[in-house]
Amino acid sequence: MTIATIDAVSAELVRGRGGGGPAPTRNVVAYGFWIFLLSDFIMFSGLFAAYAVLSGNTAGGPTGPELFNLRNVFIETMCLLFSSYTCGLGALSAERRQPDRFYVFALFTFVLGAAFLFIEISEFAGMVSNGAGPSRSAFLSGFFTLVGMHGAHVTSGLVWLTYMVAQVIAKGLRPHVLRRLLCFSLFWHALDIIWVGVFTLVYLMGDFR
Amino acid sequence: MDGDDRVFDDRTPGVENEEPTASVLSYTAGLGLAILATIASFVVSQTNLLWAPGIPVGLVVLAFAQIGVHLVFFLHLGSGPDHTNNILALAFGLLIVFLVITGSIWIIANLNANMMPMSVTMPH
Repeated sequence: MTIATIDAVSAELVRGRGGGGPAPTRNVVAYGFWIFLLSDFIMFSGLFAAYAVLSGNTAGGPTGPELFNLRNVFIETMCLLFSSYTCGLGALSAERRQPDRFYVFALFTFVLGAAFLFIEISEFAGMVSNGAGPSRSAFLSGFFTLVGMHGAHVTSGLVWLTYMVAQVIAKGLRPHVLRRLLCFSLFWHALDIIWVGVFTLVYLMGDFR
Repeated sequence: MDGDDRVFDDRTPGVENEEPTASVLSYTAGLGLAILATIASFVVSQTNLLWAPGIPVGLVVLAFAQIGVHLVFFLHLGSGPDHTNNILALAFGLLIVFLVITGSIWIIANLNANMMPMSVTMPH
């Protein structure tokens, strides 16, 4: 066999498994960030498990159905879902080197994420002022830890998004800025995946019981 | 791209090597499916559409469906051979998530069942 044939055959054999030489930086960066996101999912799985175990232990305090307002939860869900959508479209505009469209979509993403956070924080504040703070019962400790950790992720996502827009303004859509944007959009979509687990386990499962 | 004349590109999570219009289409399709799954979850939990004891199962199924929609349409994970690395990492992550959640619930439920009743430990 000639060298060329061997190369073609081995490229076919090792397709997707490191064949054909080192992967582009962009792929390596995104794969590394994907591993980080999976480790973040694993951390959240601990909080989900804690909540699932503790959710029945209300210590005579308020229960989920008494506290949760599903209309607000639905609005929160839609905010996060649409912000994921605009984030995807923003990443697409950045890939196509259309900074103006990127700024518009980044603004939508930020406003929707901030709206989500605003509803969540007012929900938390209302619960605490009604004596249903995290120290009231094991159920509420688990609730505030799980939902609050997701909210903290959304907050850091908003900070990151602001920082990314500043980078695009200052540096333009260069390859390394695009790689950071790719990581940000992965992070933002991953937060939406976590939220699907939160609204299903915490709000919907807690409500019909 | 800092790529060269590679025969097969490794696929990156979050990136689709499709026509630009197809990408907008896939985000929009994902948004539509995710909204449908969300509305279905809320409707199922608030109505008697499902047999009551089946509601938790229905909610879990809808949640997994929606997570699948997000993975495919927003994170662009696929089943092709170029996705092997991403899918393998995801599979390992899911294994750990499954072990942590079901393991905790299982062990704590057993502990709970074997606890002395409250009336014995705390007489009033």
